[in-house]
Amino acid sequence: MNSTLHPDSWQYRELNKRAPSLSVLSDTLIELAEAGHPVVAGTADLQHSNGLAGFAGRFPERFTQFGISEQNMVSAAAGMATTGVIPYVATFASFLALLCCEQIRMDVAYCAQPVRLIGHHTGISMGFYGTSHHATEDIAIMRSIADLTVVSPADGPQFAAALRASVDYPQPIYFRISRGHDPEVYARDTPFEFGKAIIHELGRDLTIIATGMPVHPARTAMRTLQEEGYSVGLIDMHTIKPLDRAAVMQAAKTSRMILTVEEHNVLGGLGGAVAEVLAEEGGGARLVRHGIRDEFSLIAPPTHLYRHYRLDAKGVEETARALLA
Amino acid sequence: MEPTGATSWPRNVSDPGPVTPQEAERLRERACFVRLETIRLISIAKVGHYSSVFSCAEIFSTLYYDTMNIRRGEPGWPGRDRFLMGKGHAAVGQFPVLADLDFFDKAWLDDYTRLGSPLGDHPDMRKVPGVDFSSGSIGHALSNGVGMALGARFRKQDFDVFVLLGDGEMQEGQVWEAALSAATHRLGRLVAIVDRNGYQLDGSVDDIAAVEPLADKWRAFGWVVHEVDGHDVVALANLLRRIKADRTRSQPCCIIARTVKGKGIDYMETEPGWHLGYLAPEDERRARETILAGADAANAEVAGNGIASAVMTSEGTA
Repeated sequence: MNSTLHPDSWQYRELNKRAPSLSVLSDTLIELAEAGHPVVAGTADLQHSNGLAGFAGRFPERFTQFGISEQNMVSAAAGMATTGVIPYVATFASFLALLCCEQIRMDVAYCAQPVRLIGHHTGISMGFYGTSHHATEDIAIMRSIADLTVVSPADGPQFAAALRASVDYPQPIYFRISRGHDPEVYARDTPFEFGKAIIHELGRDLTIIATGMPVHPARTAMRTLQEEGYSVGLIDMHTIKPLDRAAVMQAAKTSRMILTVEEHNVLGGLGGAVAEVLAEEGGGARLVRHGIRDEFSLIAPPTHLYRHYRLDAKGVEETARALLA
Repeated sequence: MEPTGATSWPRNVSDPGPVTPQEAERLRERACFVRLETIRLISIAKVGHYSSVFSCAEIFSTLYYDTMNIRRGEPGWPGRDRFLMGKGHAAVGQFPVLADLDFFDKAWLDDYTRLGSPLGDHPDMRKVPGVDFSSGSIGHALSNGVGMALGARFRKQDFDVFVLLGDGEMQEGQVWEAALSAATHRLGRLVAIVDRNGYQLDGSVDDIAAVEPLADKWRAFGWVVHEVDGHDVVALANLLRRIKADRTRSQPCCIIARTVKGKGIDYMETEPGWHLGYLAPEDERRARETILAGADAANAEVAGNGIASAVMTSEGTA
């Protein structure tokens, strides 16, 4: 490991070589293919940024390079699935969920094809590449498509577990993952079940419900606040659809307040989904949604953006403390 | 029009031989059946794409009754050739064929578009046996076909994939993404057929967004191109037989079928507004007579039997 690699680095090839979590996609698909599962993969000119170059090298006959034609890739993946393969197709979340929204709706979800869509570098993790490359709408769009499962793993080990669980999952899945070299929350082989939230703890004062990359900073924030004497909990809502409504209600019944944390617009994302449950079920807890507040995100290195939008540990902690005070 | 592009065929094609007059008669009769059934079904829905079907009636007939390797009554047979339709709005002409092949109960046709019917304006693979992929949003089907051909190659499945595209569909960017992709991956089992009828909803295709020179475009994208009169079942069937029989194909091929939108009904042929329409009962009667008379003329010496059976099939389920 080269410790000089900066957290804002974009050296894909270097990261592929040394950051194990970036090649989670490739490594896990290799593992599944070697185990005899009919997995195939494709990308749209991003095999180094998503690490699929590794899979392509190991199983060239199972890999399709579609070039910069994301819509063609998604529609073709749906066609491939009719022949009995399980296609995993990956590109930046901003292009996958927004540019290919209609292909996902019609060819994948409506046609009920078991395609696994991997939207990587989601949220604001593309940093200074700017708004065109940020995806702060993908959860809202994807979760409004019927029969599509939406999963936002917190880290590499959880993503790997979700990929393993996906081989015999009947429905199409949209995976929303971050850069792949994010701090890890879970040990390898931590159990994973689609639609079943991981309740770390429930707090009497506040329970944070987070999804994706923000789970790690939220856990750090929880620990700091607990040391200060607050009763704070954390739920990792890795599956946004189908949402684990029971877990939300457990928090609503235990905690005075719920704070949702997501690297996404607060409209229509995790916060929106939790709000729908609380409104319908009548939970007494006050809800505060933390995320991007319906604005186009700024340009900056990723760590600067996380700080600015208070999605790092300190930002989540301060947001929560303001509620607790 | 004789098919062009023959010189590009490899020498070791095992030509199955030309269609016989009897086979040609049968294909014309089935095209007539498609037109008559389309009129009947649209009379149930009260609006529909007559002219979009009439331009490709011979293509439906030739593919389903001559070219494709399919098994009557077995829509899910894994070895079947696949048929996808980018111009999904012509499904009203495909459904009677699928029912005729015993892929589903012919009685379904009688409830075309009614509440709860599996049969709507566009083909739905989850609802209609024999539909190999759903469509409705123009421009996806060639990509779906690319995926099927890729999957078949990896799975070592032996089938051809035929994709019928509208000429207005050539304006969709995704078609050309798929075209690049198919050529790059050398998908020789993929055959696109462009129904070049010249019109789309808002008018003439080439006035709206010119697609010519279309054959040159497909060639430039790395496809083998053939041009054929899309209403000449003999030319069409012979071309498709030779393509199908050629097991050395290493590139995808595109057939540009020169057709007439609304073929068979003179006023539809000259009025692009008929993309979507409805025939009042008296007009419907006259349209049926016109189609039968046209088929009669095209198939003079054998028309009697063929057309009689088309009328019977059509009216038998009315």
